[in-house]
Amino acid sequence: MSAKPPFTDADLNAWVDGRLDADGRAAVDAWLTAHPERARELEDWRKINDRLRTAYEARLHEAVPTHLKTSLPRRRHSLQVAAIVGWLALGGLIGAAGGYRYGSREAPAPAQPSATRSAAAPMDLARRAAIAHAVYSPEQRHPVEVGADQEAHLVAWLSKRLGTPLRVPQLDAQGYHLVGGRLLATDAGPGAQFMYEDVTGERLTLYVSARQAADTGTGFRFAEEQGIAVFYWVDRGFAYALSGKATREVLLPTAEAVYRQLAP
Amino acid sequence: MPSQQALLAEIPRLRRYARALTGDAARADDLVQDTLERALGKWLLWRPGNLRAWLMTMMHNLFVNEVRAASAIEYRDDDDLPDAPVRARQTDGLELRDLDRALQALPAEQREVLLLVGLEELAYEEVARITGVPVGTVMSRLSRARGRLRGLLSGAAPHPTSSGKPRLRVVK
Repeated sequence: MSAKPPFTDADLNAWVDGRLDADGRAAVDAWLTAHPERARELEDWRKINDRLRTAYEARLHEAVPTHLKTSLPRRRHSLQVAAIVGWLALGGLIGAAGGYRYGSREAPAPAQPSATRSAAAPMDLARRAAIAHAVYSPEQRHPVEVGADQEAHLVAWLSKRLGTPLRVPQLDAQGYHLVGGRLLATDAGPGAQFMYEDVTGERLTLYVSARQAADTGTGFRFAEEQGIAVFYWVDRGFAYALSGKATREVLLPTAEAVYRQLAP
Repeated sequence: MPSQQALLAEIPRLRRYARALTGDAARADDLVQDTLERALGKWLLWRPGNLRAWLMTMMHNLFVNEVRAASAIEYRDDDDLPDAPVRARQTDGLELRDLDRALQALPAEQREVLLLVGLEELAYEEVARITGVPVGTVMSRLSRARGRLRGLLSGAAPHPTSSGKPRLRVVK
């Protein structure tokens, strides 16, 4: 066997891959001059790189098969995704701004007073509902876990998971029929999303999440970001949000219908 | 979420790597498709940064699962080349077939490291992150892969086969 080099595996491989700096390269070159057998070996290693790149080069220039391209999201999906990214970024900014205000006032962060908490919570609710809407509403094959054809089962299942009897608003008068629903993970544990669709395929989602009993109710509120409109409110320990890719004016009558149907 | 344009731009690189990794065009495209689907399923975990490394990591995980499922990691002696596990295509050059065969004779984890470095020209640290092993392990796998491939491609270890079947030999 040839002499053990005064270099590590990493050095020799980096020499082969041309990743040494000038000094390192010169040092290895000098040693290789004195060890021709290792020099031939490393030169062969280097040639393997060349051969691989040459042999598989053609793949880079081939037309990409259509089925690979079509597995990518469609335009509509991309827009929804952009909306989610917008929401996430907005949440980060709000969080950062809040933190900054606290930090500038008092050095040790105090426990958040409940007023601050409940003021922050609805914003979070709208953002979460919008994200859930953006994630699931473009879904073609699996928009819901349980379809409207099993509505009784759907309601029983989600009621059991949320620990309270749920009611599913009927929005046929507004032109939307129930597609079905799914279980969601929320900050307060299990949540539910009900999905509705109109004849053109436009979808609305109703987000329901159990909140802490201490939460007081809120009025009817509206948020809109990057094309997703959200009406949201907290009522008797539950948070609701209706989301859709529509304007405030278009969504309002439907949101009011949901609100009325869920009110006692 | 990476843009559709950004993802499209990565497909040729993914296909080249998958082709060299699997030694088979159809298997390679299946792997690329699975990778894209997984990427779309996990885009919430994506942070703007190195899209290529992120996709390669996903491909690595899928490939490892596939290999594990088929329990195909077998140690092969240099002179014990597979007879015909690689589907030869009319359009594939002899050089490509030789490389395919030799690569498939490497243990999967050595093949991966060799291709990520030698073909894809990724940084050693990046290869370590993608394959989930320390950089030191990357370097030792790389050395072993190169040593072994050199033997396979040079037609070394020329003792005769007992089966009498024709053996792969690079003729220059």
